Amino acid sequence: MEYEDIIHRCFRCGYCKLTEDYGDINCPAYRKFYFETYSPGGRMWLTRAWLNQEIENSRRYWEILYSCVTCGNCKEHCVFTFKDDLLNIFEAAKAEMASYGLVPTPVKDYFKAINAFGNPYKEPKDKRGKWADGTGIETFSGQEYLFYVGDVGSYDERGKRMAKYVATLLVKGGLSIGILGNEETSDGNDVKALGGEKLFKQLAENNIRKFKEIGIKKIITLDPHAYNAFAKEYPKLGGSFRIWHYTQILAILLKDKRISISEYKVKVTYHDPCYLGRHNGVYNAPREILKGVPGLELVEMNRNKENAFCCGGGGGNFFTDILGTGEEAPGRIRLRDAMNTGAEILAVACPLCSKMFDDSVKSEGLEGKIKIQDVAEIVNQAMKK
Amino acid sequence: MNKEIYDALAKIVGGEYVSNKPEELFFYSRDQGSSEPHNPDIVVLPKTTEEVQKIVILANQEKIPIVPMGGSLTLAGLCIPHKGGIVLDLKRMNRILEINEISRYALIEAGVSEGALQSYLNKNYPKLMHSIPDAPPINTIAGNVLIHGSGHLSQETGFHSEMLNGIEVVLPTGEVCNVGSCAVVPKWFARPPLPDLAGLFLGWHGSTGIITKLSIRLYPKPLKKDVLVFVTENPDYIPDVIYKVTETKMAEDVNLFAQPKPDWAEGFQQTVINITGNSEEEMSFKRRLIRRSLEKFIHDKEGGFMFIVPIVKKGFLEAPLRALTQFADVMKGGGFEYIGVIIPIENFPQTYRDTLEIAKKYRPKWSIMCRVIGRGHSMMFAYSWPFNRANSEDVQMARKALKESNLSALRNGGVIWKACVEGQKIMMEQMDPNTLNLLKGIKRFLDPNNIMNPGNWEVN
Amino acid sequence: MNKLRFDETICASCKSYDCLVKCRYLNLDLEKAKDEKRKLIKGEDSIVLTDCVTCYSCEEYCPYGNHPFYQIVELQEAKGIYPAPKPITNQQIKMVSPTGKSAYEEMRDPVISLCVFPEAKKSLRGNLFNDPSSFLGKDYFCNLMYLHFGKSSIIKERLPKIIENIWAHKLDKSESKELVCYHDECYATYASWAPAFDFEVPFKPVHFFEYLYNRLKENVKNIKALNTKIAYQRPCSNRLISDQQHWVDDIFELIGAQRVEREFDRENALCCGGPLRMQGRDDLAHDLQRKNIEDMVAAGVEWCVFNCPFCYYTLGGMVKEKKVKPIMMIDLCRLATDDIKGKRSEGYE
Repeated sequence: MEYEDIIHRCFRCGYCKLTEDYGDINCPAYRKFYFETYSPGGRMWLTRAWLNQEIENSRRYWEILYSCVTCGNCKEHCVFTFKDDLLNIFEAAKAEMASYGLVPTPVKDYFKAINAFGNPYKEPKDKRGKWADGTGIETFSGQEYLFYVGDVGSYDERGKRMAKYVATLLVKGGLSIGILGNEETSDGNDVKALGGEKLFKQLAENNIRKFKEIGIKKIITLDPHAYNAFAKEYPKLGGSFRIWHYTQILAILLKDKRISISEYKVKVTYHDPCYLGRHNGVYNAPREILKGVPGLELVEMNRNKENAFCCGGGGGNFFTDILGTGEEAPGRIRLRDAMNTGAEILAVACPLCSKMFDDSVKSEGLEGKIKIQDVAEIVNQAMKK
Repeated sequence: MNKEIYDALAKIVGGEYVSNKPEELFFYSRDQGSSEPHNPDIVVLPKTTEEVQKIVILANQEKIPIVPMGGSLTLAGLCIPHKGGIVLDLKRMNRILEINEISRYALIEAGVSEGALQSYLNKNYPKLMHSIPDAPPINTIAGNVLIHGSGHLSQETGFHSEMLNGIEVVLPTGEVCNVGSCAVVPKWFARPPLPDLAGLFLGWHGSTGIITKLSIRLYPKPLKKDVLVFVTENPDYIPDVIYKVTETKMAEDVNLFAQPKPDWAEGFQQTVINITGNSEEEMSFKRRLIRRSLEKFIHDKEGGFMFIVPIVKKGFLEAPLRALTQFADVMKGGGFEYIGVIIPIENFPQTYRDTLEIAKKYRPKWSIMCRVIGRGHSMMFAYSWPFNRANSEDVQMARKALKESNLSALRNGGVIWKACVEGQKIMMEQMDPNTLNLLKGIKRFLDPNNIMNPGNWEVN
Repeated sequence: MNKLRFDETICASCKSYDCLVKCRYLNLDLEKAKDEKRKLIKGEDSIVLTDCVTCYSCEEYCPYGNHPFYQIVELQEAKGIYPAPKPITNQQIKMVSPTGKSAYEEMRDPVISLCVFPEAKKSLRGNLFNDPSSFLGKDYFCNLMYLHFGKSSIIKERLPKIIENIWAHKLDKSESKELVCYHDECYATYASWAPAFDFEVPFKPVHFFEYLYNRLKENVKNIKALNTKIAYQRPCSNRLISDQQHWVDDIFELIGAQRVEREFDRENALCCGGPLRMQGRDDLAHDLQRKNIEDMVAAGVEWCVFNCPFCYYTLGGMVKEKKVKPIMMIDLCRLATDDIKGKRSEGYE
């Protein structure tokens, strides 16, 4: 297995579990289960044990391995020089399992759906672009930018709403922009995170070929997961494009006053999506947008930026739901963080976070007490006012 | 472990907090050091004292061993279940119950980590701090206090066990007991003047009871901190260096490091002197007094203060020191264990020389790490051996070095700190027989069924 | 081994003994200076050898270029009279010892040696610099700092290989065969110390401030005058190459920084105190630092501008305590060309 030569170096010191100030448990899986095995150190030691045949492949081991939401907190706070490879190691372990055909059922189902339908929702391809109706955004035919929406933005109700807001704003901002619509296929980020190396490569190479064929050079993503795949993984397969997350572009449009907004008096707290924040270092753009809304009061949660606590949707957990929905589910814990700020809105910049928090509001019984809105929706509200 | 016991435990803590799966048994059977693994039968994660009590009662009834576990960072195998049974991971018991600002104490549950309290105080009581050990911050305060740990305030105020005001303990027979002022009045502010029962649990490695709550002293947190590093090439000078520095009463923390890498460190002893204060005037005064105390060495050109660039200084001023954890990967092997010994200051030179001899025989990479306790009343001297856990030969060599370190520690008049089972045995072999009998008697009285962390402090 | 170009007859016939009379630390009158000089020439013990603070100033004071400071260091080493404690000296010698791993790298002009200061690389960015070739590391370290430790022998031992590493591995493809020296001390090594000891230097050293000045001239339209008052902390190494001082004033003029007239500047500049601390002469260091900083504060400066990173490390925090912003010269220039904004403008990090 790749990285097998370094896996023994984990000292299980526990820095990986914590925030920078050591005050909070910040590994969602460990926080949920509290067994050391569910921490990054646990995963490292167990994976080594599995490779050395000291433990056998089992449901429990699968659960432990796949409970990692790839939030990157461990990578951020590990004190050792191999820290940047931590998530790669977990991914490699999953890929190794897949090579033996040892894939948990929910993961298998996810791969099958992507393979067969091009999306995990098993929805037909010709429904993929439906979200764009009424937004004014056109099909890509050589415009300057491609707006890439992703699986969740294309098929999930919450995601579609978010995609609509963003597309409307980008068009309003006067960008030369188009979408692939029904021709769009999965970016593969979560396929890779779940160890589906071959499938990811297939998806990525198809996308790269398609993008190049039709002359795409610049891509704006709705979803930080897609942003991560395009920015970090596609170049390794020959696909180098200029990539932005929509908040980066929206921040510029607002700064240049290409979109005008009015006062919107509201108290907002912002959740850093892991694939935008920790993985790709984009912390400021969404905040610039929110701070730029007159009357909007932006308050920070206790753990923010590099210390943000994951919503629990990463690492494929959005689809496999290994972490479940109990009181200690990450989304609910994070929502409580937001409630502690006294904010009226929890702002998000990722359709997966959006859906995870929407569900958490219901589970916590907080309907009417806090709203989950993506940054584009907040800007939209400010425009209406 | 039979299904009935499993179900009984699941009923106490909830099914999701009990596991006898191979994965948990594997992980909880070992630690980062070189001790041989021993599987538990089951791992249980209690949340409350009541749950702990019920578990202990059950275990006592069924004569099942229990090993209480905090951060499991002693590296000496103290949380490894030598006789199987239940490993009780206490980290779900993580509430900070009370901070008394005036009498400066913190009442916490046994699973509260050093980092959690540190962060909590920084945010909510910025004028207060506790003494922070250099173990990784997930380390539990209870665990560290119970092994007589030490930290950044120990040079001023002693071992962490000396900073303990009181405990709530579940006895091996299931009674819940308070020790300290909390046994008599609601506040947890001191152990004296009552008969000090804390000694029945401190240093016993969890073999006489399970601490579920504790109160520790807090201290004023100064605004400024700085560090001075005094460098010598002759270990014989160190007792005098420590004597003179501690005599000034100006230092907050005094540590000493010696190691062969990086290359520029080999052959030198670096005495790291941390000072704190509330104004630049105070800091300047302290620096001056400390420098003056070592004037003779400087005049004789036998010792001097190192120039420290800001980024290096930042590293020295961390609490806990991440560099100490990073040392574990020096062999690129993830394994690290040290023999800590408490020695009188004057025994430093020989202990130092012994370490170099052991290193020559067994370990190319090593470190000596010391911390002065009290105003130079003793020091914690660590013979530190990193190893590559993926290389069984290297693990064996590390074990040999550790064994010799245990012997050297005693030979040099020290007492092994948080001794592994082997270290305990060696000490008991030369222990005063009446003391040994007393240990045996206390253990038998408190734990008649020998369920508490058996294998530890076992007097045959 | 290479001998110092020192002519004792020059000292013997000197009338002013400026090297010792002007020394602000030894406090010698002309008679005493003459006496001590005589001892030095004869190779006898002298308070000069024990009390010298190693500020290098006497190299500048001597009107004949007869290398009084280099001679002191030679004598200190010959007699085993070392300024700093042995462990500190030995540790410093080990700390920047060459690794033997100098690697060839094709570089284009201008080639800049950053000595052993990786943080300098972060400053070599932006519109002002156009991404120049640079290198750093222990295998290119000039070693001149061992003058503070009475260890000429270390410099003599290491310098030939250092020069060879630079010449063969970094300047091979350079057309100009010039080396821009980021650290003042590196420049002084090649322009002053090496010639004094007859070490051949095949390349032409260029002072970093000359390079910086030329970059500013080329970018003059991007300069926004800072209109600020600054104190300049002149480093000891500059005493060895005082002909390069003018670049400092030239740069300040270009960027609109007013170098205030104050007591402890130019010929009267005070040592930052760093070497004194290492020597264990803390009271003296403290006194110098206090006077120096009070002088800056009294002059009402906004910034204290540093040339040498060690001065910056030593004094940076202290000047900041007194509300004077510490900054390296390179960063002051980047401020003027708007290449850095925000936190860096606060100085010391």
